[in-house]
Amino acid sequence: MTPLIEVRDLHYHYDDGTQALEGVNFTLQAGETVALFGANGSGKTTFVLQLNGILRGEGSVTVCGLPVSKENLAAIRSKIGMVFQDADEQLFMPTVLEDVAFGPLNQGLDPEEAVAKAKVALEQAGLSHAANRAPYHLSAGEKRQVALAGVLAMQPEILVLDEPTTFLDPPAQRHLVDILRDLPQAKLIVTHNTRFAASLASRAVFFQKGKLVADGPVDEIVQRYDWTYSPLAADFRYSAQRRF
Amino acid sequence: MHIPDNFLSTPVWAALDVISIPAVGFMVKQAGRDIEDTRIPLLGVMGAFVFAAQMINFPVAVGTSSHLVGGALLAYTLGAAPAVLVMTVIIAIQAFVFQDGGVLALGANVFNMAVAGVLAACLPILAAGSGRRRNAAIFTGAVLSVMVSGSLALGELLVSGVAMPRFLILTTIGVFAVNALIEGGITVSVVRLLEKLNSGMVTGRRKEPQRAVAALGSSALVLGAAGFLFASTAPDGIERLGIRLGIAAKTAFHAPLADYTVGYFDSAWLRKATAGIAGLLLIYAVCAAAARWIGREKSA
Amino acid sequence: MHHVLLDRWSQGESPLHHRDPRAKIPVLALFLVALAITPVRDYLAIGVEAALLLTGILVSGLPFFGILLRAMAVLPFSVTFGLMSWIAGEPERAIALVAKSYLSTLAVLLIVGTTPLPRLLAGMEALGAPRLLVLVAQFLYRYLFVISEQAQHMRLAASCRQGPVDHHRPRFRAAAGALAVLFARSYLRAEGIHRAMMARAFTGRFLALDSLRFDFRDGLFLAGLTVFLGLVLTL
Repeated sequence: MTPLIEVRDLHYHYDDGTQALEGVNFTLQAGETVALFGANGSGKTTFVLQLNGILRGEGSVTVCGLPVSKENLAAIRSKIGMVFQDADEQLFMPTVLEDVAFGPLNQGLDPEEAVAKAKVALEQAGLSHAANRAPYHLSAGEKRQVALAGVLAMQPEILVLDEPTTFLDPPAQRHLVDILRDLPQAKLIVTHNTRFAASLASRAVFFQKGKLVADGPVDEIVQRYDWTYSPLAADFRYSAQRRF
Repeated sequence: MHIPDNFLSTPVWAALDVISIPAVGFMVKQAGRDIEDTRIPLLGVMGAFVFAAQMINFPVAVGTSSHLVGGALLAYTLGAAPAVLVMTVIIAIQAFVFQDGGVLALGANVFNMAVAGVLAACLPILAAGSGRRRNAAIFTGAVLSVMVSGSLALGELLVSGVAMPRFLILTTIGVFAVNALIEGGITVSVVRLLEKLNSGMVTGRRKEPQRAVAALGSSALVLGAAGFLFASTAPDGIERLGIRLGIAAKTAFHAPLADYTVGYFDSAWLRKATAGIAGLLLIYAVCAAAARWIGREKSA
Repeated sequence: MHHVLLDRWSQGESPLHHRDPRAKIPVLALFLVALAITPVRDYLAIGVEAALLLTGILVSGLPFFGILLRAMAVLPFSVTFGLMSWIAGEPERAIALVAKSYLSTLAVLLIVGTTPLPRLLAGMEALGAPRLLVLVAQFLYRYLFVISEQAQHMRLAASCRQGPVDHHRPRFRAAAGALAVLFARSYLRAEGIHRAMMARAFTGRFLALDSLRFDFRDGLFLAGLTVFLGLVLTL
């Protein structure tokens, strides 16, 4: 089966010369959910921005069979939907409806079709009541959902989420898990929240100083790199596992 | 200084509305050539920044504080035409959403602060280029920006016949001067800090200073604004000018029109307004020429 | 904050709220012009114009005393200049100045308080305002709230660390530093917005949704008020 994403030997350095990504190899199959772990500044977000051509490095990046290049950008950005950490930066239109319709409009639909798609996406997110409201009236969780709706309205095949649980309280985080579980798209989740990742992903990759150093089951990666914040939580989790 | 509605006399606010439309229109077209739609969020966010920045108070002396106006800072970080665009939007939103400045008086406020003020900020930088005197140029630009906008506003009020005792006029000019100096200080500090944080945020400047033209432009603008202000405070000079114009009109027109023109030029308010508007047109001509020249420089 | 309150007011559902901005903006302009050119001594006309405004406020359902209070923001200026005119021997001009400037402010408040700003901007673009200006205004307004809050947080944080009141130099530098940081964060935010736009296949041009509908009630509103104001001025 052809992978949805295929990255081979990706290198990228910033304008000032520092190496941000070095020799990264990665594949994503349809239906997979992969967590991206790594310290701040290890290259996770930089990597993810290479997938839709916002940043362009050297090496081969292919999304849904299309190599990332100028001609393919519009098509690729329809196939891979990205939800960023800062919801305020993504909800930049005056009303929620206009924002969710932004993507479909860019895909070439007429205003009526775009609005219809937007309304459907909002309804699926349970936010139809907010359609004509301004984004700053919404809570952090609602903004995140609108951002997600804005991406889903474009009907992508791959979803990338960058730190989706930031600013979300635990109930909102659980709600997000439920929503994401029901979505058929393949998913890439950049996160520090290992429990959130474990609820959704079967596989994880670990970034270290611009290199992708590990690729395996979530639990294994978490244990290998000690990627939890509290020994108690780790103990509980892994002792529970050993017991059952 | 934002002028509310009903302070300016009808010929003044109407004339300024008419003058501002092509001025802003030209700058918008210029900005449109420099930037694509992708830069629009940046301009909007920078405008929001100026609003928010006006909330941060800078201590002047015990009990008093001032705040940033922003025209100069925008000019140095975004470029002249985008700065005019953003300042126009700021002034319009201040008028409509915050009722700070009138709606009919938008032409006046935009002309004073967004057009003349921004251009006054740009000219010293053109004189200094990117050399050692850059900080001084930034400071001077910010100071001129506030002084020119303030003087124009004050002049327009006086020409409209608003009664202001001499001491108050002088005090107001003094307050403008203090605010101008603070604006200069703030602008220089912020630009220097920005260059330290990330030099990409401040627009690059051309290498050779265009000293002659910039000096000419600056002096013309400053003299124009100062002259306009002076003329509006000196009713005798204006009356004499008006009488002379009236005599000229009488001899220029034939009998059927004579009665009409005599009455016309004898009106004190119209004499003042005519002189005032003539002064403003002079300043407008300077701004327009400078704008066209700056525009040509950018596309070169 | 003022704009937050106005934003809330504009979410109402009165007949005035529902009028198309392409009718409301010309009506506002006509009203302001009528007020401006009403002769100083024509108290009857000014009174009628005031009554028209008050009727508008009642129809709009906006907080009556709230809006009258907000419009008083212009009074410090107008009363000061009015006093000077009075002293200079022109009492009628003084009264006219105070009354007219108050009514102008009230009129602007009424229209902006019954029209969400994005709709107002759409109306202006439809009436001929340059697209670039309207789009920049739209983004400015969108981020005004976010960035003002940030500025307030910074003020609060700075005041928590404030030194002695008479140490001007360090406080000045601290304020300049706060401003530079706010600028940098705003700039970075703009870059984030740019990335988000790109990620959703931005084509390079903002495409409009076209949601304004001008119907006969709007036409009636516009025509009716034009005639009324014309009558006020000529009679």
